[in-house]
Amino acid sequence: MNDRYLNRRHLISAMAVVAALVLLGRLFHIQVVDDSYSRFAERNVVRYVTRYPARGMIYDRNGELMVYNQPAYDLMVIPAQTTEMDTAGLCDMLGITRESFISRMEAASSYSRLVPSLFVRQLSSETYAMLQETLFRFPGFFVQSRSLRDYSLPVAAHLVGYIGEVDRRTIEADEYYRPGDYYGISGIERSYEEALRGTKGVSVYMVDVHGRRSGSFRDGAIDSDPVPGKDIVTTIDLELQAYGELLMQNKRGSIVAIEPATGEILAMVTAPSYDPSLLVGRARSENFRSLQSDTLNPLFNRAIMAAYPPGSAFKPFVGLIAMHEGVITPDMRFECAPGYRFVGCHSHHLPQDLPGAIMSSCNAYFCQIFRRIIENSSFGSVSEAYSGWNQRLHSMGFGSRLTADLMNELPGFIPEPAYYDRFYGEGGWRALTIISLGIGQGEIMTTPLQLANGMASIANRGYYYRPHLVRAIDGEQPGELIAARVETGIDSLDYTHVIEGLSRVVHGGEGATARHIALPEIEICGKTGTVQNPHGENHSVFVAFAPRENPQIAIAVVIENAGFGSTYAAPAASLMIERYLTGTVTNRWREEHILNFSTLAADEEEY
Amino acid sequence: MKRSINIVSNLDWFSVALWLTISVIGWINIYATGYDDRHTGIMDYSQQYGKQLIWLLASVVVAAVVILTDSRFYHLFSYAIYGGALFSLVLVLIFGKEVNSSQSWFEIGGISLQPAEFAKVATALALARYIDGRNINLTSTASLLKSLAIVLLPVALILLQPDLGSAVVYAAFVFVLYREGLNPFIFLSGIVVVVLFFVAVIFEELYSTMVIMAVAMVGVALMSRRYMMTLTLAVAIAGVAAATLLLDRAAGFNIGADRALMAGAVAATLLMVWYNFRFRIRRCMVLLLFMTASIFYIYTVDYVFHEVLRPHQRERINIVLGVESDPLGAGYNLHQSMISIGSGGLTGKGFLQGTQTKFRFVPEQSTDFIFCTVGEEWGFLGSAAVIVLYLVLLMRIQYVAERQRSVFSRVYGYSLFSVLFLHFFINIGMTVGLVPVIGIPLPFFSYGGSALWAFTAMLFILLRLDSERRSRLL
Repeated sequence: MNDRYLNRRHLISAMAVVAALVLLGRLFHIQVVDDSYSRFAERNVVRYVTRYPARGMIYDRNGELMVYNQPAYDLMVIPAQTTEMDTAGLCDMLGITRESFISRMEAASSYSRLVPSLFVRQLSSETYAMLQETLFRFPGFFVQSRSLRDYSLPVAAHLVGYIGEVDRRTIEADEYYRPGDYYGISGIERSYEEALRGTKGVSVYMVDVHGRRSGSFRDGAIDSDPVPGKDIVTTIDLELQAYGELLMQNKRGSIVAIEPATGEILAMVTAPSYDPSLLVGRARSENFRSLQSDTLNPLFNRAIMAAYPPGSAFKPFVGLIAMHEGVITPDMRFECAPGYRFVGCHSHHLPQDLPGAIMSSCNAYFCQIFRRIIENSSFGSVSEAYSGWNQRLHSMGFGSRLTADLMNELPGFIPEPAYYDRFYGEGGWRALTIISLGIGQGEIMTTPLQLANGMASIANRGYYYRPHLVRAIDGEQPGELIAARVETGIDSLDYTHVIEGLSRVVHGGEGATARHIALPEIEICGKTGTVQNPHGENHSVFVAFAPRENPQIAIAVVIENAGFGSTYAAPAASLMIERYLTGTVTNRWREEHILNFSTLAADEEEY
Repeated sequence: MKRSINIVSNLDWFSVALWLTISVIGWINIYATGYDDRHTGIMDYSQQYGKQLIWLLASVVVAAVVILTDSRFYHLFSYAIYGGALFSLVLVLIFGKEVNSSQSWFEIGGISLQPAEFAKVATALALARYIDGRNINLTSTASLLKSLAIVLLPVALILLQPDLGSAVVYAAFVFVLYREGLNPFIFLSGIVVVVLFFVAVIFEELYSTMVIMAVAMVGVALMSRRYMMTLTLAVAIAGVAAATLLLDRAAGFNIGADRALMAGAVAATLLMVWYNFRFRIRRCMVLLLFMTASIFYIYTVDYVFHEVLRPHQRERINIVLGVESDPLGAGYNLHQSMISIGSGGLTGKGFLQGTQTKFRFVPEQSTDFIFCTVGEEWGFLGSAAVIVLYLVLLMRIQYVAERQRSVFSRVYGYSLFSVLFLHFFINIGMTVGLVPVIGIPLPFFSYGGSALWAFTAMLFILLRLDSERRSRLL
């Protein structure tokens, strides 16, 4: 037998021996030399129980408690540590079906077999008491305490927002969260999540082979205490907020009130709204579904998300731009024919100057000055002049998001020149084409918040602070929110003429549109608006600030489908101002008038 | 009657004893992973150890049937068996049951069979039959290509399932080809390239460079017996590296110690070229060239891996190699496996006392990661005993293969040796983080019938051939 390669057997043997030696060497290293694996192993048989911090409380500007905590107990499971057990008994106790038990178990396993997952959320106190006695029979299960939200008044639901279980995406994006954790989903709860949530602590227990706790690991040397969330003081006046929500009952619309000197939001009412405690506890998901499918859309925050054409409430801003661009002086008068071309108006006997035109809300006056702004010869073209107007509006806070701490705010809409170019072709539009912008109609859209902020900038005579909801976090000012004041760029002198007009709206003589809402002691500067609504009854709008000197409150009221601005929005604004400045309401008749008014009843008949 | 008496007296009982010992130790460890205080009886067929007991008894039947079959059968029907195996690999692609997104199992009446395991036996038989043929010379390209085709056909079908682990094992046949005449340069380069690839991806370049240099220096010293020269070379490497490093610090390029060492390697190679002219020691020069080439190869792999490949490609390779560092993510298996083995210490935690394996921290612990239980409960001493047992079995199989008089039997024996060797090294290597995590069982040890029966059949075919080595020239 001829085997030329016989010698090769040695190399092959050598390789097997070397391979075995390599394995032995490696084993010797990790088993005998390196003891870090034993330390890892220790960690595997201890159980980390998360200790949830109390979420921060939320107070109003006067220190009234708005949101606090109530205790709750969740049943958790570590799938890898469960063994065969009295499943039926556990299902009975928890009041769940066998199928539900299996699907919950599978859901937990699919996340991780070794990390605790939420099994049943928010046990009732009876179930909790029963479970405590028998839990040792169910290895792998344990109870974790945590806190739920509770509310002192059933108001301000949209402001404070709600909390809910984290979704998978959030867990992947932020390693702080584990399945079953809660986090803020909307409102202040979301904007200030990091401050409110605090820091989780952990207790480490030794666990025996049966998954039972056999004492604290290293006497608690590596346990950490949870750090409670920080308390937040909001800018909200809870009483005013509640009063505003009362006034808006059975109506659709919103009220936004701002302190002009600081930009602090005093009240932000949206109607219809809901009781925030509906979104707490085990009924949360069911309630959420029914709120979501409600045709009145109570989850929609009209104050910052609904955009309407501002109507006549926009006229003061048109006047300001005209003066700023130098196309009018405040005492120039424009005639009313009545009306202007195809824009109608009530017939005003005498040609009006700026304050008079604001007082009587003369459409003809504002159409003519708008035409002067757009056809201003100091700009090269209509398009450029329009861009200038656009810029002014942006600097007055329209057309972009204003707040820094409300996530869902929408920017409204101020059309760019390109928008009209698309419709009419480049150079195919002139002032007359878009003349309705001059009286706040047409394509322009503003939110109630933007209108209130606009009034704050008039009250301040040329600047505003970004509206915000939080005054202090744990006693400290959240610096970046109290941003430097924003200048509108318009001379403060121009404002005095507009303010004179706004004052006459309430306190002027014949032709003033809101004389009936005047208060005995307080000088209100305001403007009515009636927003044409092609889908139904017009929207009633009123914007105001008070008092005229040293203004304390700027406000915008929008009541959908309520007709003239003077009929409902103006008295509601007057009531809010009086309530905020004096703490009481003197005119009961006016209050009754608003409280008894409903736009929802009419709706229901339609459907 | 006479024949069967012959078989009993000619059987290599030492191998049988090793086979039995390893299988029983394997079962004990499967029992330990499944043990808890509610399942204590060893005959509990709801548990894996209960089922494995049945598989073990069945494997004794398999062994008996194999040993009683005429050895000419294996030679005559080797191609038929090979064809049948290929056919079953095709069938499993059509009728197979999908598990973990690969279609590699038949399910017949509650028993799952994995045709890829049995295909190894068939491939070994077919390769043995082919190389046994007249005028077959593995130094000729045609013969080599045909041999490779026999091995790669089942590999292609297995990759279609896809089952990377089972396919990788077929690389073992390269040892058989080497033993039967494959060009040693191809063989060694292949092994070095594969090993260095893993070394480059898994370890820091600095350490791998240093290890390669140390090996090369030892090699030079042994081959040339010129110890002063070797010392000079080592000093040259260290000196040039240090000087490069100092200059680099001064210039502020910050190239790092590993690249300074590369400069040292280049310098040593140049020095060696000069020594070569002086002492005529060509083999040493080749060795040093080899060393420098290896170091550059490592850096190339590293560069391609980190700079050329896109992150998702890199991640995929990292996951296959098991070097992903995230202990709860892709590297979870490896991390938990090393914890349980490492926590065993010198003497282990004792039978049934393992905590890591009890708590099911380690996935697949009765199949691919069964060695974790050995490591944790029996410690280094127990692990070493198991490794020594396997090494003895391997050496015995090689010894048996070498004593065959027919090429068929020898090639077949080497096939068994090689497949067993690769399974053994990859399986244990992956549990201790030396080898990428490739899901293949530890022969005779892991839970599961298919692999156990296939390896048993493969071993006893050799023992049957061996029992007749004197009486018959196949």
